Amino acid sequence: MIGESVLRLEDQPLLRGEGRFVADINLPHQLHMRIVRSQVAHGTIESIDAAEALAVPGVAAVWTGADVAAIPPIDFRQVGADQMVPYRQPILAQDRVRYVGEPVAAVFAVDPYVAEDGAEAVVVEVSGLAPLLDAAGPLGDFDGRLDTEAYVFTEKTGDVDGAFGRAEHVLEADFSVGRHTGVPLECRGAVAVHHRSTGTLEFLGAAKVPFQNRDALARMLGLPPSGVVLREAHVGGGFGVRGELYPEDVLVALAALRLGRPVKWIEDRQEHLVAANHSRDQRYRLRVATDASGVVEGLEVEFVSDQGAYVRTHGATVATLAAAMLPGPYRIPNYRVTGRVRLSNKTPAGTYRAPGRYESTFVRERALDAVAAALGIDRAEIRRRNLIGSEEMPFERGVDALGTPVVYDSGQYEMMLDRVMAHIDYRALTDSLAERRANGELVGLGLGFFVEKSGLGPFAGSRIEVDPAGRVTVTTGEASVGQGFETVMAQICAETLAVDLDKVSVVHGQTDQMSYGMGAFASRATVMAGTATHAASVALRRRAIEVAAEMLEASPDDLELVDGAVRVVGSPTQAVSLGAIASSLGPASPHVQDRPGLVTEEWYTTSHMNYPYGLHAGVVALDPDTGSVGIERYVIAYDIGRAINPMLVEGQIVGGAAQGFGGALFEDFSYDEIGQPLVTTFMDYLMPTAAEMPELEILLSEDAPSPLNPLGVKGAGEGGTNACGAVIASAVDDALGRPGAVCSLPLTPERLHTLCRSGGAASRV
Amino acid sequence: MNQRRVELTLTVNGQRHEVAVEPRKTLADTLREDCGLTGTHLGCEHGVCGACTVLVDDEPVRSCLMFAVQCGGQAIRTVEGLADGERLHPIQQAFWEHHGLQCGFCTPGFLMLATSVLESRPDIGDEELREVLASNLCRCTGYQNIITSVHAARDQMRS
Repeated sequence: MIGESVLRLEDQPLLRGEGRFVADINLPHQLHMRIVRSQVAHGTIESIDAAEALAVPGVAAVWTGADVAAIPPIDFRQVGADQMVPYRQPILAQDRVRYVGEPVAAVFAVDPYVAEDGAEAVVVEVSGLAPLLDAAGPLGDFDGRLDTEAYVFTEKTGDVDGAFGRAEHVLEADFSVGRHTGVPLECRGAVAVHHRSTGTLEFLGAAKVPFQNRDALARMLGLPPSGVVLREAHVGGGFGVRGELYPEDVLVALAALRLGRPVKWIEDRQEHLVAANHSRDQRYRLRVATDASGVVEGLEVEFVSDQGAYVRTHGATVATLAAAMLPGPYRIPNYRVTGRVRLSNKTPAGTYRAPGRYESTFVRERALDAVAAALGIDRAEIRRRNLIGSEEMPFERGVDALGTPVVYDSGQYEMMLDRVMAHIDYRALTDSLAERRANGELVGLGLGFFVEKSGLGPFAGSRIEVDPAGRVTVTTGEASVGQGFETVMAQICAETLAVDLDKVSVVHGQTDQMSYGMGAFASRATVMAGTATHAASVALRRRAIEVAAEMLEASPDDLELVDGAVRVVGSPTQAVSLGAIASSLGPASPHVQDRPGLVTEEWYTTSHMNYPYGLHAGVVALDPDTGSVGIERYVIAYDIGRAINPMLVEGQIVGGAAQGFGGALFEDFSYDEIGQPLVTTFMDYLMPTAAEMPELEILLSEDAPSPLNPLGVKGAGEGGTNACGAVIASAVDDALGRPGAVCSLPLTPERLHTLCRSGGAASRV
Repeated sequence: MNQRRVELTLTVNGQRHEVAVEPRKTLADTLREDCGLTGTHLGCEHGVCGACTVLVDDEPVRSCLMFAVQCGGQAIRTVEGLADGERLHPIQQAFWEHHGLQCGFCTPGFLMLATSVLESRPDIGDEELREVLASNLCRCTGYQNIITSVHAARDQMRS
């Protein structure tokens, strides 16, 4: 069953309209929250007048910053540092507003329409300050004391100066990636209720990291973690953005406590586009030292991450991942990188699918293309010359990411390059594109190689319990964001226990059902929870056989587990079902050892991530009149180590690619000169539709299983997205016949049109 | 501001619902809150994403852009009306078999859009079908399996 494309367990309720997303949850006597948001990018709050709002029939309360001044700002969940602490976001603006969309007041009313009426009646007076909109420009003032550079770090390995001293060629280049983000189809939301009967605060609609958010909420509200229960419902897409702890989440929980009624908040799309985490928005300067054959000996990088107005839960995650993963699949023995996390008066930023890697793959692959062009080397060949060999695995990069050294666990990079070259018939393809270009068409091919990371530790647990009816329940503290988590866990469990898939239920994201949990991010769920579930299944099988041996008065060595029952080998009528074994394990049963019931719990811990990898190849055709980039063909090779369910892996890759194309061509949070966001609806935030998507060709391989877990699995979530920007840029260069023409993303029609008209090479190389 | 409620009867999936709603209340909110049919989802509330697509007299509409008071006397169909008891509609079945959904949030809108086009134009060609499906947004699947699913449903419904 592992390795089979079985149909998903999740789908029936979702197809029937019986899903339970947070907006579908209603509690008796609930209030609805509406946030009043800053309409000014930067300024000092002079006054907030809520009198008129409070007079609206049905409005129960209005809060401003003063009402929540005692609640601390939202802390870092990951990659925090002392220097960044002053830059955390309060749940309602205190003295200053720092971006359009910042929460300044909260209105609570009996109906969402009435809550909006109330919010419209709140009058906020702000005296404007000059906004900072170019994070790479001069630093600005944050709070009268601190400037807008929140964090600077340097990572290095090898002798960079020596490499540049010896270099035959040195290239310098600037690159940038624009501001875009996950934009799940379901907006954010939360419902909280304080159960006075039990003293428990229940928070519904959690996602991604329910346990960490439980702990954070408990800390901020002065409650014990056991007094706060977070529950995940159906989640309408995550992509890194959804499920982080945001100001609105804390307000909902606090209001449920203070107002003594359930409180519901459902975000609208306009809010989402200015309030949920943005991402990307990085600017790079590179120096590349090579020998005469194009082998990269040294790489020096300096980049700025535009963090927006506050440092949120991710701390410096995106910047550190960009830095650590930038060298990708290439040897690059001498590397130095300095990252700067800087604030601006834009929506705060966080992670988005392939965070830091979408950007740094763009930069690295652009640089390789530039070296190839400068030295007259074929673009595939220069990659081959720099790839890390399989005999060099495990490969120590010499830098850290997310608190752990980057050590590539396994990889057959050259094998993948060969496979893709053969699949696309590289020579024939480049020849035919050259011929089409000679006939006046603007068509080109791009390549983008990358290493991903997955399976972030340090732990995941899984408990498996069989009930007397033979139903198997897998409980984990991990989370589902719609990716097929339940199916994958059930496959791993069902295979080991030899039961039908539909006999298995999977519980996730309920903080009162497991003692610890992490969640669904960093392509970790299948690797971490899957490994724990595998271990728990193996333990349960062993335990079932042990007890069955006592019940059947047989030796465990003579027993086998088949079709949900333990039976004597060669004598199938002598059998006892898993349900019967569970029945026999009541608390007073003589079969009980350390705990009653047919139940096991296992924890998988690891201090290392593992490293899947991939290669994208794409063909584009440009229309110089409209400035549009048509993707004619797109191939993604990806090594997953081992695919539990290839259909779901391919689904992740194709969906990820659509988001990658969006960031490369369409999606762009732009601002005017006073910091007003110009993109606040889906008329402006353009995501790919069915019309823009090519038929993707996926080459899924299992050449390099991870040695770090018994299943050999690596993560699937981000490889579809990672190299799209790099490949589109490379293909557009090729189509224009101007290497280095594309230095920044997104390549919107307007920008491509300008590029086509500008004629000469726009390269700064 | 608060408005006087209007009483009306909505016919949804063949069932009559007596509701009293403010004239400003959208059809989507009314279906979800007053009829208890939460399968219709709201993804943008400005008529772009199509997650809230329902059929009104067999025509696909964005229920976030219609008011409930505009729909008295018309036959409304939502995702809850597709399956025949335990048996999925061919379009639902095809989405299941071809992995046409991940998070499932946009799915009801795509199912209703596809239902409408396949009922009215059972012989629609691949290119036109892609154009029609480009009316709605999905953020998970990259559309490939949605298109495959609707092709399969078209072929199944024709045979």
